[in-house]
Amino acid sequence: MLTAEDKKLIQQMWGKLGGAEEEIGADALNRMFHAYPPTKTYFPHFDLSPGSDQIRGHGKKVVAALTTAIKNMDNLSQALSELSNLHAYNLRVDPVNFKFLSQCLQVSLATRLGKDYSPEVHSAVDKFMSAVASVLAEKYR
Amino acid sequence: MVLSAADKTNVKNVFAKIGGQADEYGADALERMFATYPQTKTYFPHFDLAKGSAQVKGHGKKVAGALVEAVNHIDDLAGALSKLSDLHAQKLRVDPVNFKLLGQCFLVVVATRNPALLTPEVHASLDKFLCAVGTVLTAKYR
Repeated sequence: MLTAEDKKLIQQMWGKLGGAEEEIGADALNRMFHAYPPTKTYFPHFDLSPGSDQIRGHGKKVVAALTTAIKNMDNLSQALSELSNLHAYNLRVDPVNFKFLSQCLQVSLATRLGKDYSPEVHSAVDKFMSAVASVLAEKYR
Repeated sequence: MVLSAADKTNVKNVFAKIGGQADEYGADALERMFATYPQTKTYFPHFDLAKGSAQVKGHGKKVAGALVEAVNHIDDLAGALSKLSDLHAQKLRVDPVNFKLLGQCFLVVVATRNPALLTPEVHASLDKFLCAVGTVLTAKYR
């Protein structure tokens, strides 16, 4: 459960990124495709080479969704309701993959934030990403 | 994962059917869990885990009691299981993966004793319920 402190840390951390969010989205996806090749199967229609426009574009979408989520941490279910529907009825991404993306996103954040990605921030982000994943898988059954 | 009205009805029906035998179901589920997933035994170094053990029976009663309580408050699992949630977070610290294992075993016990009861729909509802209980019990871990 996200404490008030967790929420503060997440908002602060996201604020520190200074516009690099989109790069981070693309970076996280790239890392995920490399480290967890089965995740590529969800993108047969994409050019998955590094630097691909499609990955950049998709990274942007993912990050925009996370930004919305961060602005609405008190009501993730509602804020992500449409995405939740999309994943349940359309995309049907196996929930195990949310953990992979979360991991990769965290590595991406950590490489950029260095010491600022403290154990407290790390824990808060991991909890947050778990909560987002729960919401996205909420309507699967 | 949210329990629909149909899910709640299904779960209540299952437990109505189980009735006073819930304690036996609990003990049976534990016995199966210890047999099938031996690593779960590590949480009970202080128990006699032999077949028919009084301690396992007693613990099965506790587990079953908690599930029945949860079913009776199915609209507010977090509230109903709040103390147990604290217990698991602060004291027991059972690795969350084990809740799935116990849930599976409970499901199997229901199946062995009520062959016709677990239609695919009821099966899914009961599984969702057991997952929801597990989620509540681990909600305060961090």
